[in-house]
Amino acid sequence: MRELIYLTVVLPLLGFLINGIFGSKIKNEKIIGIIGSGTIGFSFIITLLAFFETLGLPPDQRKLIVTLFTWLKVGGVDVSFAYQLDQLSLVMALIVTGVGFIIHVYSIGYMHGDKSFWRFFAYLNLFIFAMMNLILADNFVLLFLGWEGVGLCSYLLIGFWYDRKFEKSTTADAAKKAFIVNRIGDFGFLLGMFLIFLTFGSLNFNEVFSRANTFSVSTVTYGFIALFLFIGATGKSAQIPLYVWLPDAMAGPTPVSALIHAATMVTAGVYMVARTSIIFASAPDIMMVVAIIGLLTAFFAATIGIVQNDIKKVLAYSTVSQLGYMFLAMGVGAFGAGIFHVMTHAFFKALLFLGAGSVIHAMHEEQDIQKYGGLKKYMPHTALTFLIAALAISGIPPLSGFFSKDEILWYSYSNVGIIFWLVGVITAMMTAFYMFRLYLLTFEGSKRFGHDKHPHESPKVMTIPLMVLAVLSIIGGFIGIPEIFSGEYGNQFHNWLSPIFADAERKLLHFGYHSHFEELLLMTLSVLFAGGSIFLARYIYLKSPNIADNVSNRFSGLYKTLWNKYYVDEIYDAIIVNPIVVVSKNVLWKFTDGKIIDGLIHSIAKLIDLSAAVLRKFQSGIAQFYALIMVLGIAITLFWIIMSF
Amino acid sequence: MENNFLLTYLIFIPLVGSLIILFVKNDKIPLIKNLGLFFSLVAFIISIVIYSQFDNHNSDFQFVHKFKWIEGINVFYFVGIDGISLLLILLTAFITPLTLISSWSNIEHKVKEFTFFMLLLETGMLGVFASLDLFLFYIFWEAMLIPMYFIIGIWGGKERIYAAIKFFLYTMLGSLLMLVAIIWLAVYAGKITGGFTTDFTELINIAPTIARDLQIWMFLAFALSFAIKVPLFPFHTWLPDAHVQAPTAGSVILAGVLLKMGTYGLLRFNLPLFPDATLIIAPYISVLAVIGIIYGALVAMVQTDMKKLVAYSSVSHLGFVVLGIFAITTESIQGAVIQMVNHGLSTGALFLLVGVVYERTHTREIADYGGIAKVVPFFSFALLFASLSSIGLPGLNGFVGEFLILLGSFKSGVLNSWWFTVFASSGVIFAAVYLLWMYQRVVFGELKNPKLEKLTDMNPREIFVMIPILIFIVWIGIYPSTFLNLSEKATKKVIYQVNNPVNILNNQSK
Amino acid sequence: MTITIEYYLILSAFMFIVGIAGVLTRRNAIIVFMCIELMLNSANLTLVAFSSYLGSSVGQLFVFFVMTVAASEAAVGLAIIIAIFRNKLTVNIDDINILKW
Repeated sequence: MRELIYLTVVLPLLGFLINGIFGSKIKNEKIIGIIGSGTIGFSFIITLLAFFETLGLPPDQRKLIVTLFTWLKVGGVDVSFAYQLDQLSLVMALIVTGVGFIIHVYSIGYMHGDKSFWRFFAYLNLFIFAMMNLILADNFVLLFLGWEGVGLCSYLLIGFWYDRKFEKSTTADAAKKAFIVNRIGDFGFLLGMFLIFLTFGSLNFNEVFSRANTFSVSTVTYGFIALFLFIGATGKSAQIPLYVWLPDAMAGPTPVSALIHAATMVTAGVYMVARTSIIFASAPDIMMVVAIIGLLTAFFAATIGIVQNDIKKVLAYSTVSQLGYMFLAMGVGAFGAGIFHVMTHAFFKALLFLGAGSVIHAMHEEQDIQKYGGLKKYMPHTALTFLIAALAISGIPPLSGFFSKDEILWYSYSNVGIIFWLVGVITAMMTAFYMFRLYLLTFEGSKRFGHDKHPHESPKVMTIPLMVLAVLSIIGGFIGIPEIFSGEYGNQFHNWLSPIFADAERKLLHFGYHSHFEELLLMTLSVLFAGGSIFLARYIYLKSPNIADNVSNRFSGLYKTLWNKYYVDEIYDAIIVNPIVVVSKNVLWKFTDGKIIDGLIHSIAKLIDLSAAVLRKFQSGIAQFYALIMVLGIAITLFWIIMSF
Repeated sequence: MENNFLLTYLIFIPLVGSLIILFVKNDKIPLIKNLGLFFSLVAFIISIVIYSQFDNHNSDFQFVHKFKWIEGINVFYFVGIDGISLLLILLTAFITPLTLISSWSNIEHKVKEFTFFMLLLETGMLGVFASLDLFLFYIFWEAMLIPMYFIIGIWGGKERIYAAIKFFLYTMLGSLLMLVAIIWLAVYAGKITGGFTTDFTELINIAPTIARDLQIWMFLAFALSFAIKVPLFPFHTWLPDAHVQAPTAGSVILAGVLLKMGTYGLLRFNLPLFPDATLIIAPYISVLAVIGIIYGALVAMVQTDMKKLVAYSSVSHLGFVVLGIFAITTESIQGAVIQMVNHGLSTGALFLLVGVVYERTHTREIADYGGIAKVVPFFSFALLFASLSSIGLPGLNGFVGEFLILLGSFKSGVLNSWWFTVFASSGVIFAAVYLLWMYQRVVFGELKNPKLEKLTDMNPREIFVMIPILIFIVWIGIYPSTFLNLSEKATKKVIYQVNNPVNILNNQSK
Repeated sequence: MTITIEYYLILSAFMFIVGIAGVLTRRNAIIVFMCIELMLNSANLTLVAFSSYLGSSVGQLFVFFVMTVAASEAAVGLAIIIAIFRNKLTVNIDDINILKW
């Protein structure tokens, strides 16, 4: 079964082709949905079987590469469509196909009645195809194909309802923004690839990583490679400064937000850093940059999330924030912890988005949480699963989020310092706060909507996926129980992944020993703080809502800044976008092309015109004038001839 | 030596066809159209035959046909191809029938003359790519100017005369300088070997011996003509006017093939004939190429006319090709060669699609569109596909060329600086900007203009023209080896010739 | 006195100049043609004079050529004048300036 891993890539492609070419003719939604979900379901089964097979093998035999055919073979470049099965790619593949399958099933319910139902499933399958290419690729170029492919699908899916308005502009605009900002990151990624090729002479993972162990390459070069790659990651995974596309991406249908902008595509950057861990580990300065940016993004996005009123926007900023945690983990050298958080985050964030979708559907596309309230009565399943997800993301034990987040916080403390831990914990407090603000305002309290809305629970095809994800959010953490709890079993997840990161970890500086006591203490503190935030949120939003209004009025300046997301989009527009457009139009086009270059051409033409105007006076049309000139000419010639004797 | 007539048949069948068409009565339009298609298809089939008999592993010129033509000045009729010319010949023979089919719906008057000029043009183009005698090359080069001038000038838009004359004079200026250079080169060869010769295969051994300063002038003389054709910044201003005013078929051929003649000339002639000059001037030309990439993209971004936008995008894309040529690494030149083919396909497709809507609405202004995805789904799909190919999405053809070019220029010893690649790579961002912005303004959004509600989607003939192009876009994107293998030997040979110029004066390599 | 060749040459030079003056200054096209004939005849005179002086018959032979050419040229020229007259109703060459830019 392991050799068939390439099927997990091919099946979604097939689904895309079938639904894409014939979908508009198939009038039956069920069939389209079954084809679309079935391909992913099969991919998941294949991945699962491959996983169990791999479990049975000793760690040093777990890597397998399946090559389909040569792609680019020019000069020193030799890359193929080849898929690599190892511990890291298996984890990612399980997440993508597993959560992907759940979301596909959910979409059958969510997109019911949409006139482009077939197109949606075609695009979803294309996305999974691209994502699988990304995580299973055995070389940078194929990874890049998946990388850009998911960007394309993101574009297509964000702009799925292409004739709708979205906030101040349109869904199409949001889609374009996503693609362009991603491309800016891709520019960095490309440069990273080129530098890798120049330094190591290859673009295949195995060759590059083994040469990273043996070649002697300067830290500066490693730094540049890591920096360029990281720029690519900030674009794809929405970190500062390239995160601005993700909140706008909420213009797309909610399953899209769940799949792409929570569980899978945005984690591509984290995966990429994990895959190239040895390169990052060789550039300690850049690691610090990664950690700092991750931490800042986590903090910064959380502050914005506290004041947002659109249910999806809160979740979007929450995603940016959680991604920040993942990069924080990568930056401090806890690669395994970062991937662990990818997994748990996929569970509870997808759950949150799907739950939000359930609410949005029930409330007839209303997304303002100020118009919700008390929905628990009408949608008990959605409410319960949402609550579970909120607890998970807040890091309450023994849910999955606790284990992964805590591991990151612990490594921040032990590998770097208390400051990182502190900022991380404050962010965790904010996370718990805004998540419960969201939950309470939506599901608890008294209803704030009128009689025109009749909320009801969603159909089983939507609620069952919610329940599956809820179960995963509860038990998903247990495979990553830290050593202090599991004793000699160790951290299973960590052990599974450790061969991947072994080379990288060897290159990292080792810090002093920290005691189990410190770990327990910090763990307890973070749980307490998170719990405290939850109670604070409960107090404010359930018991005395006035407090919220009073605070926002007292600190109206700060509130406005947060609500307007620190005006970052406006700043980007003013400093980058508009100047480029204005300069291109006036200086480049109208002036340089129009006046200078064309001006030069036209003046040459004018010059010829003028000299012609002078010369044509000779053509007077009077025969005798011509005759006179002839005579004069002859006379002069004769004179000259005679003179030369 | 053995003479292979296949190439000659290929080059002159369209000419024969065009002459036959002249004798058909003016009102027998279907017959004229079918004859035109027939002859261009015959040429395409011959090109396939040539492809099938081409030997990938032989780096010499194949299918050679040589005989004495003009005794007095020792000019031979000498044609032959290697991998690079083969790819471009296939491109030409492939695009011309498609162009003719697409023109059936929008060339209403003087169909006979139009078909005549198109076939004449095809002969000129094929001859350019196959010539191995400089004089013959020059003749074919000039020969393709005249039909193009007429195509733009008779069947073009409102300002067609201005555009046609601008195109003609601009190109001819450079060509004349090239003629002087050719003659000088032949005379120089005469001085060295005792025989005035314009034979390229002999001049390869002679021209590198020219003194360095003089070689630079000769290089520039040749390069100017090619640079105008490419078009390289700042010699590009003829292109937007020519493209906008030309009829759809003219634009497709212009963008699809004619522009490649410039880059082909640079690769075939400038590099091997003047190796020392190439190594010295390469960084400067690369600067112009990179400027062209960014400038073309930024100006494309602010255009309101769809055709002008695509025209400026050509400037940007061909900047990549020139950069690839002058980085002088296997990866970059292979990338440049495949990108020539890619650009022909994707920009040709874009022009065809713009032509499809223009025929229906008679406006190319983006502002007149919006939200047409509802009414013309296949068109929207095709336009997206072509745009993505142009943007360089991996998995489609554009990525293969761009990636190889950028990779090659990054590691290039001739350019010796990362900055070229850094700036050129930013072009991928801008390409996405201008194309997706146009796409969204035309296809997405609300359908506000009531005239657009009656738009009909692409009819079978138009779809039939697009499908082969789309197939190749995917084929080259996924499995480019089919095509890269053809030109690999030729590319390596050119690089070798640049780095190891022959010095027959001393009878040893420099 | 003896009439040496100089007299003939001077006479033909005078005739030639008179002819040129007429061609360049007269307005009537027919008069211009007459002056052209005058110029041709002056050339004839020179040819005959030299033929006699040098004792060679080539000069006289050449006069025949000249006269033939003069005749045919006069015929064609007059035909053109008549054609122009039919269109422009004038033989004033100042008015026949269609080739003016």
